[in-house]
Amino acid sequence: MSVAKPLPHDAARLHVTGAARYVDDIPTPAGTLHLAFGTSEIAHGRIVAMDLNAVRAAPGVALVVTAEDLPFANDVSPSPAPEPLLATGEVHFMGQPLFLVVAESHLAARKAARLAKVEYEERPAILSIDEALAAGSRFEEGPRVYARGDAAGAIAKAVHVLEGSVEIGGQEHFYLEGQAALALPHEGGDMVVHSSSQHPTEIQHKVADALGLPMNAVRCEVRRMGGGFGGKESQGNALACAAAVAARATGRACAMRYDRDDDMVITGKRHDFRIDYRVGVDAGGRIEGIEFVQLCRCGWSMDLSLPVADRAMLHADNAYYLPNVRIESHRLRTNTQSATAFRGFGGPQGMFGMERVMDHIAHALGMDPVALRRANYYEAARGGGAAPAPDGAPRGISAKMKTGAELTSRAAAPGTGRRYGGAYSPENARPRTLTPYHMEVEDFILHDLTERLLATSDYRARAEAVAAFNAGNAVLKKGIAFSPVKFGISFTLTHLNQAGALVHVYQDGSVHMNHGGTEMGQGLFQKVAQVAAARFGVEVDRVKITATDTGKVPNTSATAASSGSDLNGMAVQAACDTIRDRLAAFVAEGYQADPATVRFEDGKVHVGGEALAFEAVVKDAYMNRISLSATGFYKTPKIVWDRIRGEGRPFFYFAYGAAVTEVVIDTLTGENRILRADILHDCGASLNPALDIGQIEGGYVQGAGWLTTEELVWDGKGRLRTHAPSTYKIPACSDRPDIFNVALWDGANREETVYRSKAVGEPPLMLGISAWLALSNACAAAGPGWPDLQAPATPEAVLAAVTRARA
Amino acid sequence: MADVAMNVNGEAVRAELPDNTLLVDFLRETLGLTGTHVGCETSQCGACVVHLDGEAIKSCSVLAASVAGRAVTTIEGLADGDALHPMQAAFNAHHGLQCGFCTPGMIMAGVDMVRRYRASGEALDEAAIRHELEGNICRCTGYHNIVRAIDAAAKAM
Repeated sequence: MSVAKPLPHDAARLHVTGAARYVDDIPTPAGTLHLAFGTSEIAHGRIVAMDLNAVRAAPGVALVVTAEDLPFANDVSPSPAPEPLLATGEVHFMGQPLFLVVAESHLAARKAARLAKVEYEERPAILSIDEALAAGSRFEEGPRVYARGDAAGAIAKAVHVLEGSVEIGGQEHFYLEGQAALALPHEGGDMVVHSSSQHPTEIQHKVADALGLPMNAVRCEVRRMGGGFGGKESQGNALACAAAVAARATGRACAMRYDRDDDMVITGKRHDFRIDYRVGVDAGGRIEGIEFVQLCRCGWSMDLSLPVADRAMLHADNAYYLPNVRIESHRLRTNTQSATAFRGFGGPQGMFGMERVMDHIAHALGMDPVALRRANYYEAARGGGAAPAPDGAPRGISAKMKTGAELTSRAAAPGTGRRYGGAYSPENARPRTLTPYHMEVEDFILHDLTERLLATSDYRARAEAVAAFNAGNAVLKKGIAFSPVKFGISFTLTHLNQAGALVHVYQDGSVHMNHGGTEMGQGLFQKVAQVAAARFGVEVDRVKITATDTGKVPNTSATAASSGSDLNGMAVQAACDTIRDRLAAFVAEGYQADPATVRFEDGKVHVGGEALAFEAVVKDAYMNRISLSATGFYKTPKIVWDRIRGEGRPFFYFAYGAAVTEVVIDTLTGENRILRADILHDCGASLNPALDIGQIEGGYVQGAGWLTTEELVWDGKGRLRTHAPSTYKIPACSDRPDIFNVALWDGANREETVYRSKAVGEPPLMLGISAWLALSNACAAAGPGWPDLQAPATPEAVLAAVTRARA
Repeated sequence: MADVAMNVNGEAVRAELPDNTLLVDFLRETLGLTGTHVGCETSQCGACVVHLDGEAIKSCSVLAASVAGRAVTTIEGLADGDALHPMQAAFNAHHGLQCGFCTPGMIMAGVDMVRRYRASGEALDEAAIRHELEGNICRCTGYHNIVRAIDAAAKAM
């Protein structure tokens, strides 16, 4: 069977020969025009005058578009709060698009855009978390609070009380392929858009609004992206709308791609946070009560910040039972790029806050950090733990949305959610299983997983060796750390947990597969093709993988929240099974057999003791007028969520993993290296172990990069100074661990997911937290004090922490 | 404008180009060889690596006119018909890619380093591969399988 085989990425051969096409590689019609934005040179203010005469007169310029020239919607927002494509009087961050240049070449457009003379009336810019707090600059009316029990009371009575604060930097996606879109005008005003987007339906919708067309007049196609990581969930809207508006105005194909520096200056990044905490623990290190204040810098527009901040709250517990807990979340508005989705979607920041607290407790109490964590783990899963019944009554989404709101966006309904008559209280919840949001953790496997990883990584002996090394070295200090991951799987906006598929079987027995998920390198297309091949009992090379296309499967959710395989795999399975059932009924009739006994295996259809070639059965079915095409649909069961109350079951299940990382630092310079990483990660019954291990390796390095080398720096004027890989340090090949052992946990998902697999896109990123903890451990070895390491742990941050430890 | 003639993937090519045309734009836009990618445009990421007279260069920071008369090999010129170059086969077999955008540059850099180390008689061990790849960024894989692929290809070449 094709499922569970470690097959290469479906496009691997195309990639190694340079034949794989990205948006900017698509052959364009003669006369295609190229676009560039002219952008704001200040962080906050009013445009007094904009002289674009020199821009219009520049060589090769065909058209210049300002907000006043836009024929219909000037809005590229994925959320109910508007976000203009082109600024309308006020500017909110340095890099905000003000006008659009349409020219004969990419270079001509970019050069012309620099010729604008814009006069501003500058206003004070709100850049930092503290400035935003002082000014009351925020989204939503005030902080969100999720709580259970009496945190303050429990802390007051605790044996030990600790408090602290940690800064967590943001992160640039640096997808290798920058943002890109190509708009092709068709007859009757219709528009076809090729976009490097994780969310083709939102592109379709935003383009339709920009052109004053219904969605059925716009088709968006996405064959692949050169990386996404969340950065192409909403940030491609501007390019697609700009290209479509220009194509409509000129009647010519219009292409837009950001130059890398523009990309980094214009598009949003991972949200940076500051997390303040206060925790009370008992003599044995068990947490009695904990309070978090999560301060989230959202940038200038709402974008996806509310669900990002929600998910940070939902991962503030990580893997630990918190008997009394209060999480307060502030969503702060600043005059910087609008922070957006990035792999983990707030989960990493919330989880990092918890792991930081664990680090602090272990240091303060002199406890073994692994024993401390295990003492605080949720209760282990048991067989047959009852799941809470979903609330069956459908409710309205929101009364506050703007007209034409994008319902398939994760930001579709801020301020609302599904409501319940009474408090959400899962029946039969066992002790030490309830999350801060009242969901019972039914599938907790970290006790066993931890035990195995500690053994395979030789943790105990290595921790002793690290201590011995540190005792004998004054300048170099090593650190070692273990950290677990528990990550919730499902979109927290419940209605997004749906997917569609379209499958055709042609008369020659070849299969054409399409679904709503997009391919950004994660191997989704291959995994889903393996599912399709398994349903028909054929080899995977018989299944043609086709570009995501809003004309084939409509109303898709973004390929995000690690949901791609779970949702689209099930939808494709449903479509295949519909066709398979028709074929089974057809052949069974001929053999007077029970259709339920017909098997599809090894390229054959087995019926009544005979094995018929699949293609022969298909051909025969066609001749007998059997439909060989079907749609499939899937919606995730069991989930219910009220994001205002912070109660429900937002997640179908949890994905787990753990890592042990060893590092060395130079206490004179702060320089540091990752020496070894050992990972054990839970993909359920993996659909493709090779692709899943690739996600884990890449996720770990990206997560470690976020917390070590990757530092975003804005100056006092709000200018991003790290706008190229020359100043923003992406992990290079030499930064990955010298020894890197990755293994898969071999258990099936207890929930009925596609072939009992688990989602893998985001969870492994948070394994990188162990690298930061190991650095903290190394800093602590430099002296008796609490190093209070901040993130990212750049050499400067490490040096400061060493200094604090020695003070 | 400059009259630029060179050899690309074994074929003589010639075009009238603006003086400031970058080699990568000549390859991608004039010749339609879109396997060479533009990642950062400032010679940091390595997505645009091609061979100039057999040596790896970053084509995003070379003027086409400055390499007139010379021989360029791109990712499209590496395979022998349907038979993949050992470096291409190794990236395929060892899962040395995810989104694939960095892959052509990685492969061109890999072929170059194997040749150089062979010529100088130095051992291309794992540490050397990792050092040599500092000018090529991959954001997806964590590099583990890329290093394995180059190591395997070095043995097969």
